[in-house]
Amino acid sequence: MSTPILTQPEASPADVSGRLTALKDLLRERPSVIVGLALLGFFIIVALLGPLIEPYSTAQQSGAVYGPPSLKHWFGLDDGGIDMFSETIQGARISLLVGGAATLVSLLIGGVIGIVAGYFGGILDIILMRITDFFLVIPSLVLMILVAALWGPSVVHVIFVIGLLLWTTTARVIRAQVKSLRERGFVSHARAFGATSGRIIVKHILPHVAPLLIANMILTVANAIFDETTLDFLGLGSASAVTWGTLLEHANDRTAVSYGAWWAFVPPGICIALVIVACYLIGQALEDSLNPRLKVAHISTRFWRIQQEAAEDQQASEHVSRRRARLLPQRK
Amino acid sequence: MGMRGLLKRASFAIGTIFAAVTINFFLFRVLPGSAITNWARVPNSTPQLQHALAAEFGLDKPKVDQYFLYLNQLVHGNMGVSFTNQQPVLGNLLTALRNTIPLVTIATVIASILGLWTGVLSARRRGSLLDHASTSVAVVLYALPTQWIGLGLLVLLGRYLPSAGMSSVFTFTTPTFWQHQLDIARHMILPCTTLVLTIYGGNTLIIRSALLEIIGEDFILTARAKGLSARTILNSHALRNAVLPIVTLFALSFGSIVAGTILVEIVFTWPGIGSTLYNAVIGRDYPMMQGGFLVITVSVIFFNFLADVLYSRLDPRIRE
Repeated sequence: MSTPILTQPEASPADVSGRLTALKDLLRERPSVIVGLALLGFFIIVALLGPLIEPYSTAQQSGAVYGPPSLKHWFGLDDGGIDMFSETIQGARISLLVGGAATLVSLLIGGVIGIVAGYFGGILDIILMRITDFFLVIPSLVLMILVAALWGPSVVHVIFVIGLLLWTTTARVIRAQVKSLRERGFVSHARAFGATSGRIIVKHILPHVAPLLIANMILTVANAIFDETTLDFLGLGSASAVTWGTLLEHANDRTAVSYGAWWAFVPPGICIALVIVACYLIGQALEDSLNPRLKVAHISTRFWRIQQEAAEDQQASEHVSRRRARLLPQRK
Repeated sequence: MGMRGLLKRASFAIGTIFAAVTINFFLFRVLPGSAITNWARVPNSTPQLQHALAAEFGLDKPKVDQYFLYLNQLVHGNMGVSFTNQQPVLGNLLTALRNTIPLVTIATVIASILGLWTGVLSARRRGSLLDHASTSVAVVLYALPTQWIGLGLLVLLGRYLPSAGMSSVFTFTTPTFWQHQLDIARHMILPCTTLVLTIYGGNTLIIRSALLEIIGEDFILTARAKGLSARTILNSHALRNAVLPIVTLFALSFGSIVAGTILVEIVFTWPGIGSTLYNAVIGRDYPMMQGGFLVITVSVIFFNFLADVLYSRLDPRIRE
């Protein structure tokens, strides 16, 4: 059985201090996590402060049409003479909100399906995994476009459309983890003491799955923001809301390119990229620390070291690597 | 893979297509606010067309009958008539698909070769400056939205290269075959580059991590203990095994390639399946939306099936 850093194999769920040290180890070992957290924190603060730090109103013209960046307008002006800096700040709010909310929806669905399928197994597992495989195979973005177009443009619709179609990788990963947890001693001990399935899941399975769920959540946020940007770019988000996606849409639709007004689309694009990079740095580091196999390298002499000889649960690690292949290409 | 495994995979693929068809039917016919109720929002519609379509699809019949009627029509290749240009949907979509396939194929091949090259290089020299540089570039490319890369290339290079459409109609009055092909190739440079940049980032990262995972295996340690050179180990032990996750990657990235293609085609107004779907969404052309979803989904499922078959051919452990 693997001994990932964040989950002590037989530790009691309430072992908070052990988990904190593990977190400290992670931060020391991978400084990139700090960069990621700082970036993400920065954007969340910007989104929360929103109206307080916007220098101009986004409802009215504050300068020349496609005015270039200047001291007064740091990011220039868009096709309506609206300050791009203010619009980019405002975009952070809805983009992060949609990304976060859609992730929660998908986490809930994926987590429940993964735990139920992994814990109960049998025919339920087969049916749930068939459904998951189906949603994994079909091009989810196309289905998102279709549903969003039929449902009508709105921020809430976008949240649910993305959340309802993004849960597949979560379900797969969690299922694999739960399946191996189920066979561990502490679960059968709890069962022998007469604990119900519900209690075992909440008290014993969930705390062990939590780190993986968090790693997964952070990587899902990146995908959700990508999907949101795409749907908004296609004009399927709310028509009135300013998001990074709609800013890109306006730049494409409203001749920013023939004006050479690069400032009309560069700032929101960079913001999207920074948020995605932040999620990637945090999520990847968390995931790597949960999969100790990646630390072993038998080929490069410079990094010749075997940290821990972990007799891996073959199935779980296979799922991690398959999922790794699945997670990235989801980019839009 | 034995015949049984092949049959199992084929039946999953067919089952998936069937489920997609059913979802498609459900979305458009069963949910409230379907094609016919939103009639006022459809451009170029006439009451005659509406009646003709209603009769053609049997919209007055019960839902269950409609479902079988829909399946029957679909099997015969009838996806209905486009609201906007009043041509059969299937014909429209096949024309669009013909324009998309070269773009996607060329971009995928280039991005895969590049991704394999840099991915292997940085896995081999893990922790080196080269590894850090290559990984950083890949992460940034992976993180940038496709449409943003496209817009950026347009502003930078739009003056020197064709920026929209597939060919310049007015350059030659009667172009020869090769002049025409060359013209298309010139138009393809920018969209193709955008698509390559989009796909490349993820490819590199996955190939790198697939290889790193293999390098941690015990048989690599054994190979080293035998005194084999790093190059031999890499080429004949590590890479051969890394092929498996890489094939998985290819199978699973079709969905994202589709997404990237849609965005690229919109930015560069390439008349392919992506911009067709987009125009259908904009114009509320329901038969085209329905058909577009089906064509894209079926091709993705088909390629997934191919990759699955290939995967089990390559990996004797799952040959059953």
